[in-house]
Amino acid sequence: MVKKRSIYPYLLVAPAVLTILLVIFVPVLNAILMSFQSYDLRRPQEIAFIGLENYRAITENTLFWGSLWRTFAWVGFGVGFQFIFGFILALLLNHSFRGRGVVRAVSMIPWVTPGVLIGLMWRWMYDGNFGVINDLLNRLGILSTNIPFLSQVETALPSVIIAIVWQGIPFFALMILAALQGVPSDMYEAADMDGANKVQKLFFITVPSIKNTIFVTLLLRVIWVANSVDIIFTMTEGGPAWSTQTLSVFIFNQANSLNLGIASTMAIVLAILLVLVTIPYLRISFRKED
Amino acid sequence: MKKQSILSRIFLLYLPLIAILLFILFPFYWTFITSVRPAEDLLGRVTYWPSSVSFEAYRQLFTTTVDFFAAIRNSFIVAALTTAVSLTVSTLAGYAFSRYEFIGKRALMTMFLCNNMFPTVLLMIPLFTIMRTLGFLHTPWSLVLSYTTFTIPFSVWLILGFLKDLPMSLEEAALVDGCNRRKAFLKIIMPVLGPCLVATGVYIFMTSWNEYTFAMMFTNNATRTIPVALRNLIGQLGVRWDLLTAGGILTVIPVCIMFFFAQKRLVTGLTAGAVKG
Repeated sequence: MVKKRSIYPYLLVAPAVLTILLVIFVPVLNAILMSFQSYDLRRPQEIAFIGLENYRAITENTLFWGSLWRTFAWVGFGVGFQFIFGFILALLLNHSFRGRGVVRAVSMIPWVTPGVLIGLMWRWMYDGNFGVINDLLNRLGILSTNIPFLSQVETALPSVIIAIVWQGIPFFALMILAALQGVPSDMYEAADMDGANKVQKLFFITVPSIKNTIFVTLLLRVIWVANSVDIIFTMTEGGPAWSTQTLSVFIFNQANSLNLGIASTMAIVLAILLVLVTIPYLRISFRKED
Repeated sequence: MKKQSILSRIFLLYLPLIAILLFILFPFYWTFITSVRPAEDLLGRVTYWPSSVSFEAYRQLFTTTVDFFAAIRNSFIVAALTTAVSLTVSTLAGYAFSRYEFIGKRALMTMFLCNNMFPTVLLMIPLFTIMRTLGFLHTPWSLVLSYTTFTIPFSVWLILGFLKDLPMSLEEAALVDGCNRRKAFLKIIMPVLGPCLVATGVYIFMTSWNEYTFAMMFTNNATRTIPVALRNLIGQLGVRWDLLTAGGILTVIPVCIMFFFAQKRLVTGLTAGAVKG
């Protein structure tokens, strides 16, 4: 069934390749060009090439640095806790119990929920006057007065991070659960004979056997969370006082205010950071094929 | 496997499971009961059970100034068109990757893999200009084109995985019998590919239905989709959480139904690639 010189396969992949070229590659090249221009749609007559001026300008912008560090916190804590709780959920779902299929399906719902709706639901729960989270914490005696979680600088970032953790637990659980089911059971039996306890089995058998899945899932999530705009934008728009403005949200806000040159420059920086993260992922998938 | 005691099963399995499920499901419960509460119930002491059930918020969502129905219609048009286009394009590419060896195949597959690495906010800015040039801006086509591109990699991956596992002997027999390739594809492969296409279609539909960032940039009042409408409602209605949550519930119900319908195959396809490695 192998034909070497046929035009047929090229015709079949052509539509997919053309849309990817038009929607991904042309815009990426355009964005690179834009990052070398002063491109502010509010001042269209001043659009011109200015070399690396935008890059110099953003390094002097404290909002840029702030949003960069915030991106690391957002991704680090967000993905980190998604991973921990997703792992725990996967270990639990790996037991057999009645209704497991239903529980598994139901626990996936956050993954298919629109980001805007996630933001909306959490924003309402965090409400400073009538929010259920304040009420629960008051009833439990943890708080004595209501906290406006999303409108004060100290609590806003942790609050939006909890929302992204909620969103990401299912994806981790799903991937890790599938990997767990592929770990051969005779390895655990051998460990039982050697008298290994549960924790030892977890760290010396389970984790090493599924480390590739963990690695790939972590990378996919890091890229996804770093790029995510909708949840933060719905909950806080990056405020108060930029305390939840990650790089993606900053770029989105800049683009909305039509400052396209600076927005593109920061987007290029974000893309470069993500490429650095992705290189090990590509290496792994190539090693797999060889 | 040795038998666990009941006690350790409760503490190590059921209690943590219930805790995580409560965390996952509570926001939906809260959103739902907020939407069916009488409006005056919301701005007072927080209660965990509605004093009475009313669907007034759902009625208002469709009858007052907010044209939520138009947003549902727009979302449906965009998601349905994207599903049709992306499914066609991805099936063709998946078939080519599974049945042919050709120069540049590996480079193309890598290109597909890198597709979703670029930040949406990076693509969004130049795409705005491109869509305007093409005359697609403020029409459903701008979103159909964008979402098709973003759903191609995973869709091709799902379809390719399925086709690889399909024995070639069926097609070969058909080809020997004098069918041409196109006929063999339509008569032999398409019927068995059905369930895989349904799962892939559900993934594409859900992705298009849920997307906000591009929808916000590329639509106007007449063509905006549900996520944009919902986000705008927060600005317009402020504290009308009964309306907002009602809109949210209406948004999530279709994707939930579709997801339950297709989740088994979708999950298998999703995890297959990553787990094998």
